[in-house]
Amino acid sequence: MATDRSRTADRIRRIMAAEGDSVERNTRGFNEGRYDSVDRLEEYDAYKDRARAIKEDAIERLPELIERVRETVEENGGTVYLADDAADANRYVRELARERAAETVVKSKSMTTEEIDLNEALDAEGCDVWETDLGEFVLQVADEAPSHLVAPAIHQSREEIAALFNEYFDPDMELETAEELTAFAREYLGDRIENADIGVTGANFVTADTGTMALVTSEGNARKTVAVPDTHVAVAGVEKIVPTFEDLQPFVELIARSGTGQDITSYVSLFSPPVATPPVDFDDDGPIADDPADRDFHLVLLDNGRMDMREDDQLRETLYCIRCGACSNSCANFQSVGGHAFGGETYSGGIATGWEAGVHGRESADDFNDLCTGCSRCVNQCPVKIDIPWINTVVRDRRNRGAEDGQLDFLVEGLTPDEEPAGMDLQKRFFGNFATLAKLGSATAPVSNWVADTLPSRLAMERVLGVDRRRDLPEFERETFVEWFRNRDVPRPVDADYHAVVYPDLYTNYIRTDRGKATVRTLEALGVAVEVPEVASSGRAPLSQGMIATAEDHAREVSANLEPYLEAGYDVVAVEPSDLAMFRGEYERLLDERRSETIAERSYEVFEYVYGLLENGVDPASLSGADDAGGAGSALAYHSHCQQRTLELEAYTTDVLERLGYDVVTSDVECCGMAGSFGYKSEYYELSVDVGERLKEQFEMPEAADRTVVASGTSCLEQLDGLLARRPRHPISLVAPDGSE
Amino acid sequence: MQTQLETFETNLGSVRTGVTRTSPAAFQDVLGDVIDEPAIGAPIPFAELSLEGTGVVLEPTPDQLREATCGVTAAALGVADYGTVVLESTPAGAELAGLFPDRHVVVVRERDLVADMAAAFERLGERFRDGNDDAVLATGPSATADMGDLVHGVHGPRETHAVIVEDAAE
Repeated sequence: MATDRSRTADRIRRIMAAEGDSVERNTRGFNEGRYDSVDRLEEYDAYKDRARAIKEDAIERLPELIERVRETVEENGGTVYLADDAADANRYVRELARERAAETVVKSKSMTTEEIDLNEALDAEGCDVWETDLGEFVLQVADEAPSHLVAPAIHQSREEIAALFNEYFDPDMELETAEELTAFAREYLGDRIENADIGVTGANFVTADTGTMALVTSEGNARKTVAVPDTHVAVAGVEKIVPTFEDLQPFVELIARSGTGQDITSYVSLFSPPVATPPVDFDDDGPIADDPADRDFHLVLLDNGRMDMREDDQLRETLYCIRCGACSNSCANFQSVGGHAFGGETYSGGIATGWEAGVHGRESADDFNDLCTGCSRCVNQCPVKIDIPWINTVVRDRRNRGAEDGQLDFLVEGLTPDEEPAGMDLQKRFFGNFATLAKLGSATAPVSNWVADTLPSRLAMERVLGVDRRRDLPEFERETFVEWFRNRDVPRPVDADYHAVVYPDLYTNYIRTDRGKATVRTLEALGVAVEVPEVASSGRAPLSQGMIATAEDHAREVSANLEPYLEAGYDVVAVEPSDLAMFRGEYERLLDERRSETIAERSYEVFEYVYGLLENGVDPASLSGADDAGGAGSALAYHSHCQQRTLELEAYTTDVLERLGYDVVTSDVECCGMAGSFGYKSEYYELSVDVGERLKEQFEMPEAADRTVVASGTSCLEQLDGLLARRPRHPISLVAPDGSE
Repeated sequence: MQTQLETFETNLGSVRTGVTRTSPAAFQDVLGDVIDEPAIGAPIPFAELSLEGTGVVLEPTPDQLREATCGVTAAALGVADYGTVVLESTPAGAELAGLFPDRHVVVVRERDLVADMAAAFERLGERFRDGNDDAVLATGPSATADMGDLVHGVHGPRETHAVIVEDAAE
């Protein structure tokens, strides 16, 4: 409710102020590195396919592989313990520490031990536990939780770490540079490693056929943690198992590139413990090699909800995750707030929703689940091709369904003809039923626009629905795009080569009818026979709110509306990229295979369609080129749309524009920060603006400052309109004949 | 077109690893130029090469391990595409000698080079199944960016140097 919303807004504002700069600098560095590094890898897509296939197979055969790991590790001389949950795993390790009378335990970075709070368990056993990864060490000293899967202390700057160390350790010489801080930590932790009784590691991968742990690191601490103490405990989720040793190869090619943008980390350790290296007793004077090789190795395989996730058709993909953090780095919201806002008890970033819901229960994902705007920028960045936005949508849906009965539902009654449970968050229902609102708003425009924009209305909308009053509301057109088309008196071509339905998405139909009209004029000028029938809204709006059943309803309606046209040979041209993304992506999950495939195969983004026409030899002379009088001028700054980029459609727009003589520069920030309803919500408004600032900065650089701004998505246009002095336009309005409309 | 050996050398350079190319006959002389004393090491498992008589301590005590400036060990493979060396663990402590000292000198034979990771994993799979089942794919010196800037030499070596021993002419 309103107070929850302002509390969330406060928390995000606080974290953005304290940690945002460091998080942004680091994640964007990783991200740029990743783009460069995967560019250099010729077989990147093939490796992703292989990695995905290995994970699918491994999770499918998991019970069998667990038994195989047990056999091979025991053949090697180690022990395997399959722990049901956190308490079980901790009890096992504590008992081991007790048997060894362990005083000092050194650990190398492991999210799985964070998940079970192993350090606390060992503390309770009286052990001195030290994190040897420098990022984790910083957090241990600061008493903070990791904020990133790969770079846990990413939110801390060098200055902050120096201040922390100087205060905590009170060194003889004040520490200042990264070199000094590193040297200090190396020596401090080196002493602990030398005295350690037990070394604890995680495992990035475990191979079933050879019993090998793969540890991906750069510092060398994992190697020392394994090599020096005579007892090694590896704690790994059961999902880390891959069938064969050779299966490691694609992951070795992918993991560092995906995570930090390095081609490979300094060390990829492949240990089949107990390792051949003799343990080092630093209190002994004799040669190390003479030490008896009495190593002890325990592999704790953790279930903790994973086997249930395996049975869950929607959460299963989470288990394919290799914890590289690419989804975090490529997430525009994460770049602004980091994992302390965008994460749960343990895991952070896009994929954290699946992990938290799976291992800690759905509630632990509640606080940050809405931070995924579904922009889909992470989807192509994930090395195992997990549909992360879908997992977030599913968890959102389950959360909606778990909601208590609502008291204020009557306020939006009539606006919410949906399939959702009573008690679901009003704000979500409001945005999820935007189709109904748009219909009503348009029917009563311009009065509805005047009423909506009065201060009392804005205050009420903010209080009840959480619509931030700082964000301009869309203005409904009285005549819809469909009506305009129906009332038009233009002869249809009789023997056209191409037939297309221009899809009247919500925004094009009720709010930005101009871009619909421009699309029709463009296609007709290129000889296409166009229809604009009444077609249901795509279901994007309810889906964004996690209202899957309602979205499914919309999808079925769209499919029924389009069916006669598809049967008659029409293609579908979508102006709004997020709707096209529904047709090509999510419909697969909402409709039967035949229907979803037909729509997916026959739908095009408007510039993709125009590009296809030109490639087929259609003459573009009738379109407005850069040099035509009354045009926008030849210099454009173009912001593609996140889902459009995920579908790899950006190039069609720039190509067509360039063919028509325009000079185009493009933005390369991940996302505009608006992503549909997100930027309207009062709890996220400031975050949305913060993300948008990065786009604004690019378009205010000297090389873009004087250019006409064009953007493909409605939400991008609205965000840019709010941030820039120049009014942005949809590119189709430039190229359409008489494009000044 | 670069040979595999040249590719390997180029990539070693780009991961901050120095390179010296030598012949089996000149190996010991060359080694003297690239190690800093006190140096420790593990026996080189190649018949034509030896560290005996080079001043490299082959059975270090824990104190010698701690005090050594330089460690000398052999690589089982070199991966040309990445500038990676494959370091195997041995009961004589090769892993320790390559990890603790500030400078790591790694001895790679030209005949043990492979083009890429795919080839490396094929070879490693065989070795792992034959019982040599611990190895580190090491690429350049140890590194961290956790303290706010990139720093080399964290828990592992600060400097890495590869001595590549050319195949003897037939």
